[in-house]
Amino acid sequence: MTNDLEVRNLSKTFGGFRLHDISFTLPKGYIMGLIGPNGAGKTTTIKLILNMLRRDSGQVTILGRDNVADEQRAKAEVGVVFDTNYFSGDWTAAQVEGALSGFYPNWSTRRFAGLLARFGIAPARKVKELSKGMQMKLMLACAFSYDARLLILDEPTSGLDPVSREELLQILAEYIEDGEHSVLFSTHITTDLERTADYITYLRDGELVYTGGKEEFVDMFRLVKGGREELSPRLRERVLGLRTFPTGFEGLMRTQDVGEFPGLYAEPASIHQIVVFTNKGGDFDA
Amino acid sequence: MKLILSNVSGIPIYQQIKQQVKAAILSGQLGEGEALPSLRTLAKDLQISVLTVTRAYTELEQEGFVKNVQGRGCFVLGRGSQRLQEHLKYRAKTCLTEGIQAGKLAGLSREDVHHLLDILWEASADDE
Repeated sequence: MTNDLEVRNLSKTFGGFRLHDISFTLPKGYIMGLIGPNGAGKTTTIKLILNMLRRDSGQVTILGRDNVADEQRAKAEVGVVFDTNYFSGDWTAAQVEGALSGFYPNWSTRRFAGLLARFGIAPARKVKELSKGMQMKLMLACAFSYDARLLILDEPTSGLDPVSREELLQILAEYIEDGEHSVLFSTHITTDLERTADYITYLRDGELVYTGGKEEFVDMFRLVKGGREELSPRLRERVLGLRTFPTGFEGLMRTQDVGEFPGLYAEPASIHQIVVFTNKGGDFDA
Repeated sequence: MKLILSNVSGIPIYQQIKQQVKAAILSGQLGEGEALPSLRTLAKDLQISVLTVTRAYTELEQEGFVKNVQGRGCFVLGRGSQRLQEHLKYRAKTCLTEGIQAGKLAGLSREDVHHLLDILWEASADDE
């Protein structure tokens, strides 16, 4: 299996922030979710991958090419979608094409026109007149017009309504269907990833907490609940992000520890719950 | 074949796919040599992870229900497959045991159950 993206021991310190020793790989043909609360280092990681920030140490390989030494060619087949668009607001969709197409030898005007039609964007519309969802689709249309093989999205769904979010997920699912395209998708709205993501990379406070298969990640934990009288000191030790209230308690537990407490109510946890409970204090290392 | 995935059943999605494909094969709805939907297309259509479908198909292959042919797809194996035979026999035993227990509860004797079985066998022979 070839990897479309390899990040090795990536580190960067600036301001009061430190991204420390991040490594993960995204195999060709899959969707990886980059998750973590605000300030975890998701955007910094993406900027380092795109060489928009200078790394302190580490290595990044995009589609087999070094992202610094071979930056032009590495990025020629990468599509990028940020949460705010990077076009001038006064440009029309047609002018966006004019500005971008020259940089990409693979650019297909026919494909771009087809995508605008599919996404319902009139070529004469100005960027600033488009809704947030439409601006995101315009960025996607650009990436697809030069057949980007790796799509990197930074918080694409923040500020989008549920209908646009759903459309994006459908577009991404179609994008990777042929097994030749991959997606790295950073978000703090983890419900977007519950179903479609194949891999998860979880950052917290600039550190890598987990990287690997999504199902394995979700399977590592159970949500446990019970009455106050069940909350023994031993149990208290084992529960992450414990929350107690007059009628009981709830928290997260490693699946392997659940067997130690027969009769304890345990249910599968969502990615959302895992992120929430592992950020409420308590030491956690995957 | 239809697949209906529930988000509230608490059963993992790969399990739901496995159960429904198995049911379709066991009921004859999916016949020998028929192809399962392409892995990546199914993932796209159901909006689920490619690896989730991969896991379901891999386990179905390990259990003898389908055969994965590299580059061509996943095909339903005949009922002659040894693993599938074992599975079918196991299922028959479980169902019969359940029937015997229900019979006992109803106060039926061993002979009554045998007799009932013969009648039902004749009745189902008419169906075929």
